[in-house]
Amino acid sequence: MTNVKLTTPAHRAHKLPGTGSNMGTKTGRAIVMGVTLLGPALLGGCIKLEAPSEPIVIELNINITQEVIYRLAEDAGNTLDENSDIF
Amino acid sequence: MTKSAKNRIWLASGAAALIGVGLVAAPALAQRDPAYAAARSSGQVGEKMDGYLGVVGSGNAQLRAMVDDINIRRRAVYAEQAQAKGATLEEYAFTAGCLAISRTEPGEMYVAHSTGQWTARTASAPDRDPRCP
Repeated sequence: MTNVKLTTPAHRAHKLPGTGSNMGTKTGRAIVMGVTLLGPALLGGCIKLEAPSEPIVIELNINITQEVIYRLAEDAGNTLDENSDIF
Repeated sequence: MTKSAKNRIWLASGAAALIGVGLVAAPALAQRDPAYAAARSSGQVGEKMDGYLGVVGSGNAQLRAMVDDINIRRRAVYAEQAQAKGATLEEYAFTAGCLAISRTEPGEMYVAHSTGQWTARTASAPDRDPRCP
């Protein structure tokens, strides 16, 4: 026995005016576009975005290797000495 | 005295004069602005791990403006030096931050590595990132 119920709705969808293979007219396309664009708006409230109460901290320092830090240390030390007004 | 010997003397004295001018003109290393020095020693501003100065707590507009100004100048120095050393701005700034935290004096504030919180520097070594030299 085949499951007729699963396939029948798919055929029906194509036969709806302004959809599927039948949408040849400008009006048909406009309706499809309208539904596509308005769809999420009409469903409204599905996605709720809220600002987190805690500040988002992005840790950018995790990729800095100790090797690089050691290579730069001497130069950075001189930089601190030479710019002692801002350090 | 030959002509070439005279020339050598002139050159030598000229060079000495230039060196003398150089010594006189060499700028003394600039000191911290008194407002900055006071804000540091009173713990109103402190050193962060990223190499920049931070305002401890909410601070005030004047304090924040001062910190912003210093950080803009620090960033310019970091960018220049990072490029010279073939490193990224963040890498250079972080390295400078390690050293700046090391150089804090007791009572001055810094962000501790293990807690991420403002901490007063004590006589013992600061709590820094383990990657710090």
